[in-house]
Amino acid sequence: MKELSVQATAKNLPQVLEFVDANLEALGCSPTDQFQIDVAVEEVFVNIASYAYSPEEGPAAVRFETSQDPSSVIVRFVDWGAPYDPLARPDPDIRRPLRERPRGGLGVFVTRQYMDGVDYQYRDGQNILTLTKRL
Amino acid sequence: MTMKKILEGSKLTVAVEGRLDTLTAPELEQALEPALEGVETLVFDFASLAYISSAGLRVLLSAAHVIDARDGEMKVLNANKDVRNIFDITGLTDALGVE
Repeated sequence: MKELSVQATAKNLPQVLEFVDANLEALGCSPTDQFQIDVAVEEVFVNIASYAYSPEEGPAAVRFETSQDPSSVIVRFVDWGAPYDPLARPDPDIRRPLRERPRGGLGVFVTRQYMDGVDYQYRDGQNILTLTKRL
Repeated sequence: MTMKKILEGSKLTVAVEGRLDTLTAPELEQALEPALEGVETLVFDFASLAYISSAGLRVLLSAAHVIDARDGEMKVLNANKDVRNIFDITGLTDALGVE
């Protein structure tokens, strides 16, 4: 397991993506899988940066693991902020016409579409969000 | 992310290069706001766009709302297959005029 500790602020997004991408590249991950994992990682990290410690700042850990059978990547985010389940939001209705479509609400939806598993737990004062993608 | 804007009459072409994410999407949004004045046809050229997240989709949806409200036309050209896929799964392919 590899781990990155960062302050949960949006300006650290490039550092988080560099950490994840370096690990994905070492696995020989396809560009499409990397694109989709990057999108999910961005959504989750920016959510933590926006809500976990607002209006203060605090730390987050990003843990990168792999598993076999099926071959998968697991990216786990841990923060010690307020309990916040991003998955509790309803999915947007993507069939509505343009005029009726709100601008936001797509981040979690896209994360769910691109990952094979998205799991949230609050345990021992920690928000734990786990992304799993089969390669 | 870098962008290039070309205005020909009431047609604005915006070529975006690099990554459109949480950190860079606000730059595009700020550049578009004054640039859309009087524009009836808005074309995004994404030939050199490597990555887009929901933050980028939000900016495109805003632009589409502005153009739609004046009965104009918006098009998204040359998106790579991964960028196209995110438009497809979010149901935005037709709404944004992705070709």
